[in-house]
Amino acid sequence: MPLSPLLPADVLAANFADLKPPLRPQEALVEASRCLYCFDAPCIMACPTGIDIPAFIKKIAFGNPAGAAKTILTANILGASCARVCPTSVLCEGACVLEDRDEQPIMIGRLQRFATDYVEQRGLRVLPQPPANNSGRKIAVIGAGPAGLGCAAELAQLGHRVTIFERQKQAGGLNTYGIAYYKMKPQVSLAEVELVKSLGVELRTGLAVGKDIAVSTLEKDFDAVFIGVGLGTATRLHIPGEELPEVLDALEFISRIHTDPLHTVPVGRRVAVIGAGNTAIDAVTQSKRLGADRAFIVYRRGEGDMSAYDFEYAHAKDDGAQFIFHALPVEVVATNGHVSGLKLIRTRLAGGRVEPIPGTEFVEPCDMVLKAVGQEKQVKMLRGLFPELVIDDRGVIAHDPLTGQTNVPHLFVGGDCGNGGREVVNAVGEGKKAAHGIHVFLTGQTFGPPLQPSRLGAKQGATGSGLMSPIRAHELEAALSPKT
Amino acid sequence: MADLSCNLAGIKSPNPFWVASGPPANTGYQAHRAFEAGWGGVVWKTIGTPIVNVASRYSALNHGKDRMIGLNNIELISDRAPEVNFREIAEVKKRWPHHAVIASLMVETRAEWHEFVRRAADAGADGIELNFGCPHGMCERGMGSAVGQQPAVAEKITSWVMEVATIPVIVKLTPNVTDVTAVARAAKRAGADAISLINTINSITNVNLDTFVPEPTVRGLSSHGGYCGPAVKPIALNMVQACAADPEVGLPISGIGGITSWRDAAEFIALGATSLQVCTAIMHYGFRIVEDMNDGLNAYLDSKGMKSLADLRGKSVQTLQKWENLDLNWQRVARIDYEKCIGCNLCYIACEDGAHQCIDLKSPDELKVGLGPGRVPHKPVPKVREEDCVGCNLCSLVCPVDDCITMTEIPNGKSPMTWSNYQDKLAKGEMQPISPHP
Repeated sequence: MPLSPLLPADVLAANFADLKPPLRPQEALVEASRCLYCFDAPCIMACPTGIDIPAFIKKIAFGNPAGAAKTILTANILGASCARVCPTSVLCEGACVLEDRDEQPIMIGRLQRFATDYVEQRGLRVLPQPPANNSGRKIAVIGAGPAGLGCAAELAQLGHRVTIFERQKQAGGLNTYGIAYYKMKPQVSLAEVELVKSLGVELRTGLAVGKDIAVSTLEKDFDAVFIGVGLGTATRLHIPGEELPEVLDALEFISRIHTDPLHTVPVGRRVAVIGAGNTAIDAVTQSKRLGADRAFIVYRRGEGDMSAYDFEYAHAKDDGAQFIFHALPVEVVATNGHVSGLKLIRTRLAGGRVEPIPGTEFVEPCDMVLKAVGQEKQVKMLRGLFPELVIDDRGVIAHDPLTGQTNVPHLFVGGDCGNGGREVVNAVGEGKKAAHGIHVFLTGQTFGPPLQPSRLGAKQGATGSGLMSPIRAHELEAALSPKT
Repeated sequence: MADLSCNLAGIKSPNPFWVASGPPANTGYQAHRAFEAGWGGVVWKTIGTPIVNVASRYSALNHGKDRMIGLNNIELISDRAPEVNFREIAEVKKRWPHHAVIASLMVETRAEWHEFVRRAADAGADGIELNFGCPHGMCERGMGSAVGQQPAVAEKITSWVMEVATIPVIVKLTPNVTDVTAVARAAKRAGADAISLINTINSITNVNLDTFVPEPTVRGLSSHGGYCGPAVKPIALNMVQACAADPEVGLPISGIGGITSWRDAAEFIALGATSLQVCTAIMHYGFRIVEDMNDGLNAYLDSKGMKSLADLRGKSVQTLQKWENLDLNWQRVARIDYEKCIGCNLCYIACEDGAHQCIDLKSPDELKVGLGPGRVPHKPVPKVREEDCVGCNLCSLVCPVDDCITMTEIPNGKSPMTWSNYQDKLAKGEMQPISPHP
């Protein structure tokens, strides 16, 4: 059967309300007051954009929320969206020392939202106007996702002229189209795009590089090019029935939730989601919230192998999602040209590899299939655009991690097309590092690490900013566990 | 169970906790509620010629998420007619014969003092407290702290009271003086039976940065208020000890100032207080807080094997000495327990910027403390340079983990040497000057 919307608008509005609602001013004050104001704080090291977290929290505690927003946005131009979408429990909050005092870590993400909401809602401009004396250098940024925006904002603030080229109609990339709707509304991302534009960055949307504008033109008109094109469409399953109308790329499904009114988004009554990463979780939970009677994840390995974060897994279970582990899709079953089931085969591990167990096929009834087994690397497209670029065996563009510079000196990279697919905050940090790399490349000038008032006076041994060498809490746990 | 009963200059109460003269002690209704909740005594809100109060009377000092760590007020003495107050005192005493009711008084002339002292005794009050302390309003009319700031005036008025007093008289002292013992001695000379301290401190709690008028605000104006609450406890303890240690005072003391818990109470008693008066904590939480004051103090006395309050009273008075009697050769240093350290490095920056630069940040690998404290392996760890540590305590004060930084005595084999000894030795050429901290 063709799909249709299932729930009325008011029910959907409630189902898609913010999972973590904004803190009220007093809640923010109480929470901010708990912060110890660590010197050389671990949370800074765990932030891939190196936000001076203790400094901004202290500003909230002292009644200077606009100053807090300035601290945040100076380090991370997408601070408002990162406040909502960052997996804080494995980043800043996972590093909070209060955990070692057996207390809840500071709600850093929600405090960051409080500060950035404060200035956004009041239309306050907290970042200084970029230097008027333009450097005379021009940089083209391909892709207006988090990496491109992060890079463009930083370059503009360093006095360079920046033009972003974006294939889509709207800028923001996955921040605008691909985040679970109950985590962030697209308006937040679009407001950030406006913020970047307000720094003097030119944005040209609906323009595909290589099609609407030639790479040679870019290389002629600009002194350097930043590539932040992200990843491609969902990885294909290569099984019969994949072309049926109710088989969708999970990101395309999520994108519809962002672009269309919720009560017009069709969803199946029984939805199968293939894959067990964070996008799969977003797809399965949003299917449930759109009104699916049953939504389940199909994964060829076991529970412990899922790449989704533990808190995302827990969230999906809370939403009533189901999980079929150790099963591999072999065919999308159709009735009258529409999806009616997913044929699966049981799997087992053989020498670390997944192999199907012959004779264990079964059909799981469903009327919609969402593919979330990762995004294709855009190797072919990149080779077409930049034939000299070295692309490593993982399908990502090889580059210097500190500067984003590729083997072609005037080409720089950041975000998913350079890291293979990580968080929004990683993309922003990489965009910013590449901006510094481009600045050094074009001007020969270098400048020091980020100024962090909360660490001022570290004459020795201070550990550095997450911008330069981010740590991750689960890596910490792994490092700490052999102790026991 | 220790004996918590209390006897201050003949005023007896089942426990040492008295409601201080103030808003919680304004009426008979409140006194009944206080005794029902477990208070041992009530010092009635000051009785005098009735006054008129303004609206907007209190303001608070908040700190972070904590409300009212300090409170100030511009409320005056009782606005109720003296006959109403004395009648209610009589009624309360009738119902609570074994609890203490003390009448706080403030009037002007000798005749008025005589009249009010007699009326208090006639009402059945167990004692009288002379309010020589309020720093706002009444002092402008020659009463309150205007009296308590001048020993001769305080002595004169106390002597008027003693001429007719048949029940114990307590003189309540203002802290708004350079030397609180001067007025305490005056009270003693005039024959008072006890002193109580401290009254409130002159204060402005804050300024409204939109209107520029401090709170409490009365139609665009404010006035200096009397400050009290937890924030004043250290000042009160200092003055209580000063009076307790002064041989020329030699009067029993009722301790007042920021008492919120049994622990505060025990500290006042150790510094010489006999009874304790509480106001702000009641204004914040109600009369019910006395339950744990009694319970906690009792448990503490039991844990120390003390049978009564007398065993605790004054135990700390003599540990406070002039600075010149302290031992210059005694040494202690900070030691960090890396099993407890959470890696906040507040000790490091406090020492580096705020004290004596004796803590380094070192690699945990170098220090061989495993991966290091806190959430980040290999993150630099604070390490005290013990040879340079002056033992100032600051790091242990800022450390957010109990018992993580311990100030540890370092035996150095040197015999004790006070400042006076040191000056003598220098004069006799027996030693070289001690070099300053590097």
